[in-house]
Amino acid sequence: MGEYLKPLPSKNLDDKPLWDSCKNHSMALQRCASCGQFRYPPRSLCPNCHATETEWRPVSGRGRVYVSLVMCHSYGPAWEKDVPYNVSIIELEEGVKMWSNVIGCPPDEVKIGDAVVLVYEDVTEEISLPKFRPAGHQTP
Amino acid sequence: MNPKGACTIVGVGETAVGKLPEMTTLGVQLEAIGRAVKDAGLGPKDIDGLLAIQPSNDPQRSYALTVAQAAGIHPSYATDLAIGGATPVAMVAHAVMAIVTGLCSTVVCVLGHKQATGRLEPRHGRLRDGNEDFEEPFGLLGAPAVHACVAARHMHEFGTKSEQFAAVAVAMRRHASLNANATMRKPITIQDVLESRWVVKPFHLLDCCLVSDGAGAVVVTSADRAHDFPKPPVYIWGFGEGHIAGPLQSSSLTTLGGKQASEMAYRMAGVRPKDMDFAQIYDCFTAIVMVTLEDYGFCAKGEGGPWVENGRIEIGGDLPVNTHGGLLSQGHIEGMLHITEAVKQLRGHSVEPERQVNDAKLGIVSGHGASLSAHATLILGREKP
Ligand SMILES: [Zn+2]
Repeated sequence: MGEYLKPLPSKNLDDKPLWDSCKNHSMALQRCASCGQFRYPPRSLCPNCHATETEWRPVSGRGRVYVSLVMCHSYGPAWEKDVPYNVSIIELEEGVKMWSNVIGCPPDEVKIGDAVVLVYEDVTEEISLPKFRPAGHQTP
Repeated sequence: MNPKGACTIVGVGETAVGKLPEMTTLGVQLEAIGRAVKDAGLGPKDIDGLLAIQPSNDPQRSYALTVAQAAGIHPSYATDLAIGGATPVAMVAHAVMAIVTGLCSTVVCVLGHKQATGRLEPRHGRLRDGNEDFEEPFGLLGAPAVHACVAARHMHEFGTKSEQFAAVAVAMRRHASLNANATMRKPITIQDVLESRWVVKPFHLLDCCLVSDGAGAVVVTSADRAHDFPKPPVYIWGFGEGHIAGPLQSSSLTTLGGKQASEMAYRMAGVRPKDMDFAQIYDCFTAIVMVTLEDYGFCAKGEGGPWVENGRIEIGGDLPVNTHGGLLSQGHIEGMLHITEAVKQLRGHSVEPERQVNDAKLGIVSGHGASLSAHATLILGREKP
C-alpha cells in the first residue's frame, strides 16, 4: 500500500472527538447538552440555542441519501483512478447531514432517498473515514 | 431611512475578459478603475471611497488599500468585502450606505482576478473556505459539485430535465455571440450541451461557467449630483441580501438566499418582478439561474424548468437574462460585469444594438456565492424613482 495522497482532515480542537470516534469504528456526533440538537461539523457553540455544553453520542449508522452526485472530473493525481466516483449528502437518522461517499455499488446506482448504512474506511494509521453502503433493501 | 433613489451609478469600466497573461492581478483592477473613473468624467482626486475584494488567486491583507494607493485614491471609506460571488452586488449597496451616512461622496467598487492565467500569483497561498476538512477527504472538490446538488434536488423535487438546464446555457451563448467582449461566441444548441462531457452528474461541461481573467468597476455617487456627469445616470432603486445556512444545514437546496434578498430589494424599490425589463442573474451554473428566477418571483418554485425554455430568457423574449452572455459564455468576473451590463442597458446606446433590450427602464441584478450561502440583489432604474 503506497502513500495516501488524498486530503485528510486536520483534526482541530473542535472536531478531534469526531475523528477519534471514527478511528474506533464507532462514530459519535456532537449533541447540544442543553437543547439536544445534533450538529455537524462539530463546533464550540450550539447554533440553535447558543449553549456551549456538548456531549458526544454514538450514532445509529442509519441514514438516507439526500443528494447523490457522480464526480466525473479528476481534481488531481490522487483522484485519477477513482473517477467516476460517488459523492453524496447523507441525512443521518439523528437529523444531521454530512458529505460522504456511497461505496460498494456503481456510482450511478445511488439515488436520492436510498437507505444506507455507515461503514469505515481505514485510510491511514490515524484516520478512518465514515462512508456508507447501500442498506440491503429500501424501506418505504 | 429608505435609500431608494439616493444614489446613482455614473461610471462603469471593464477590461477585456478571457486570458490576460500580460497583466498582473493588480493591473486588471487598475485598468477597470481607470476606465470607470474616466467614464464618469472624473479623476483620482474625485474619488473618496473604495470597495475591493481579495482576489482568490492573489490573496493579501487590506487589498482595498493596496488598490487605493496604486490608483492615487485617498479614501475616507475603504474596505474589502468577502461574500463570494455576491460581493459586487453587495459592494454597490455598501457604497450607497457609505454615501447616505456621509462617510464619503463618491465610491469606486472594483472586482478583478486572474483565474485563467494567474492562479496562483507567486508567494501566495489560496484562500480557504473553512469546511475543507469535511468535504475534501470525500472527494467533494470544486465549485461544480456543490452546485450540482441544487440541480439534483431540483430534478428530484420538480422533475426538471437536463434539457431545461441546457436552455439557460443556449440563451447565454446567444447573447455572448452578440458581445464583442465575450470569450465564447459560437452559438450552441441544447444537443451540444447534452453531448458535452460530464463534469459532475447532473452537470455537463456546458452547464458550467468559464474561468477568466479580467476586472470590472463602477462609480457610485449621490443622486443630487446625477447630472454632473457625461453619461446618463442610472439610479439605485433597491437592494437586499440574504445569506443562508450551508448546504448541510440548510432545510432546502432549491430555495436559496435570493428569496429573502429580492423581497427586501422589491420592498425598498416599491416594484414587482413583472416591472423588470431584464435580469442579470448570477450564472455560475445553469441551475442557479433557474432557482434564482424562481426565488425572485418570476415564476413559481419548481416551474423554472419549463419557464426558461423556448427563448423566454433570450433577447426578444419576455425577460432577457444576462444580455452580455454571463459567466457561462462572456467570462467569469464574479458578477461585476452583470452590473456594468445592467448600467449600459439602462443608459441606452452603450451595447451592440442587437443585444439592446428595447426601452429598458428597470433591471434586476443578482449575486450569488460562497458555496450556495451568499446572495445579494440590486434593482437599477433609468429614471429617478
Ligand atoms: Zn442547543
